[in-house]
Amino acid sequence: MREITFKDALVEAMQEEMKRDDNVLVMGEDVAIYGGAYGATKGLYEQFGEERVRDTAISESAIAGAAIGAAITGMRPIAEIMYIDFITQAMDQLVNQAAKMRYMFGGKTTVPMVLRTEGGAGRCIAAHHSQSLEAWIMHVPGLYLVMPSTPYDAKGLLKASIRDDNPVVFIEHKMLYGMKGEVPEKDYIIPLGVADIKKEGSDVTIVAYSRQLHVAMEAAAELEKDNISAEVIDPRTLKPLDLDTILTSVKKTSKLVIVSEGYKTCNVASEIAMLVTEHGFDLLDAPIKRVCGADVPVPMSPVLEDAAIPNKQNVINAVKEVCQ
Amino acid sequence: MKESKEELSGYLRRMMDIRLFEEKVMELLAKNIIKGASHLYAGEEAVAVGACSAIEEDDYITSTHRGHGHCLAKGGKLPEMMAELCGKATGYCKGRGGSMHIADVTKGNLGATGIVASNLPVAVGAALSAKMRKTNQVVLCFFGDGASNNGIFHESLNMAAVWRLPVVFVCENNLYGMSVAAKRCSAVQDMADKAKGYDIPSMICDGMDILDVKETIKKAVERAREGDGPTLVECKTYRYFGHSRSDPRAYRTKEEEKEWRNKCPIKQFSKKLIDNKILTEEEIAQIEKQSEEAVESAEKFAIESPYPDVKELMDDIYAPSPADLLNGGAIR
Ligand SMILES: Cc1ncc(C[n+]2csc(CCOP(=O)(O)OP(=O)(O)O)c2C)c(N)n1
Ligand SMILES: [Mg+2]
Repeated sequence: MREITFKDALVEAMQEEMKRDDNVLVMGEDVAIYGGAYGATKGLYEQFGEERVRDTAISESAIAGAAIGAAITGMRPIAEIMYIDFITQAMDQLVNQAAKMRYMFGGKTTVPMVLRTEGGAGRCIAAHHSQSLEAWIMHVPGLYLVMPSTPYDAKGLLKASIRDDNPVVFIEHKMLYGMKGEVPEKDYIIPLGVADIKKEGSDVTIVAYSRQLHVAMEAAAELEKDNISAEVIDPRTLKPLDLDTILTSVKKTSKLVIVSEGYKTCNVASEIAMLVTEHGFDLLDAPIKRVCGADVPVPMSPVLEDAAIPNKQNVINAVKEVCQ
Repeated sequence: MKESKEELSGYLRRMMDIRLFEEKVMELLAKNIIKGASHLYAGEEAVAVGACSAIEEDDYITSTHRGHGHCLAKGGKLPEMMAELCGKATGYCKGRGGSMHIADVTKGNLGATGIVASNLPVAVGAALSAKMRKTNQVVLCFFGDGASNNGIFHESLNMAAVWRLPVVFVCENNLYGMSVAAKRCSAVQDMADKAKGYDIPSMICDGMDILDVKETIKKAVERAREGDGPTLVECKTYRYFGHSRSDPRAYRTKEEEKEWRNKCPIKQFSKKLIDNKILTEEEIAQIEKQSEEAVESAEKFAIESPYPDVKELMDDIYAPSPADLLNGGAIR
């Protein structure tokens, strides 16, 4: 099968959905002429024109809010917030408008929009450009949350997100845009709420998503040498969360390690751990372990940045602890 | 010119320091000695140096993501800046912040920020503080044309106007916010017009002419000190490099770039000083050489400095609380 980059997979997903449905539009800072800060909208402006691919001012709140207004009146906007760190400015619109409208209006409206944004550390660009704030989104009833780890998943999940009638926050890791992977040329979608077992195993379950999935995979490969067989699960969508796949795996392995780049306190991993405890306490042979980002503003200096986010060795250590 | 020869050559030196510093940063970015992002100030030197020469040492500034020029103009030091950009322990912020977070609070530089427009309300708060503490200090608040489209800009101007605070809003209009031309994303082209809605006076100056910037800001600073409230000063300027290192600059023409290169604030000012017989060409060359040497030695300092100790990763997140306010303190 042909291989394309993560960012080209995103471009293709938007391209195909814009061709399929005239109501799909793209807006955000530098998405048109520049093609997106990380190139994830490259070529869309040339192909679909300025009516449907719109550069905006630096107005995050209005970008999110205008997407909502367009969505409840018949369009299917894809709004881009350049870095998730700037989502703070769009949070009021997302949390108080997008997330709540359908419920508060008695189920009489839908908000079919995607807010694409980029997150994570790894480029030494410090505390305002390196955060993993997905836990904030997962916390709020009414929002869906998607965080793909491969080009294949990125394309199929973005297409599903665009076709979904709910507000979806779609977070892309900045270190994944250049990653290549197999992506079929035919039209396909990956439904929201379906986890993927990226590696089968029998001794321990590792749940990891976005860039940390790859860290977990590297750790799992190394653990094989020590005869520890890890099953690696990528939830792919954190909301809806495919808890069944995780529980089925834990039933087999009896041990669970969860990896996330976000701050450890109130991390997505904390929620997953609690859900597994609530629904599968008896399946566990050892306490669940979290491997998360440090509770510190992500520092710029390469040595500090590295120390602030999980690495392969952290995952290996956690696995060995639960497997003792 | 009413300034002394010493003052005028000081301005020239500062502008050259900024230019040569930024060119060096560009070089070190290409070599990956500086990692991460750096937004360079080259082309806009007259704004920071002109504006900061119109205030006193104990006045405040707030900076932006394009903050190297502001820091140097407010009396910042080249070695500490360069070390910070390289993520070294000897940098202004112990290497934690890099280019977008430089602060030098001892010099009244309340800091850069990676979030566009986010320092406008901070400047308003600093001005409120100066007013309430009756210190007669003013705040110069730098921000870009792009920032003036953000909601916080409007909230900040309104609050400063209502409370008649001693803040000068300095808009560095370089025609673009990243790739998006002001023409394509701002309803008005003179950002100064945006002051009207808040009954704040505004002025426009030539951001490539240091003395024009200085005189204009000076008037605004005087108003602020008199207790007459905020002013918006728009400086028309241009950034010479791309927005960041990976920017192919497809959104602007080579002709436009050339036109603005011809207005180079350093060349213009040098010519003015020669024409007015204040400095000779040799003296100017001498100043440039001093700048070059200073930048070289800053580079050396930065490269030879150690990285921060990883053991310090979790330091300084919180200020130490007085013992009795913490769990386990005297008060239960
Ligand atoms: C809230 C926010 N949105 C977007 C960005 C990304 N970004 C960084 S600088 C910039 C352009 C800023 O334009 P302007 O205010 O005119 O300043 P200039 O870069 O031209 O000096 C953008 C969009 C950001 N850092 N913060
Ligand atoms: Mg600008």
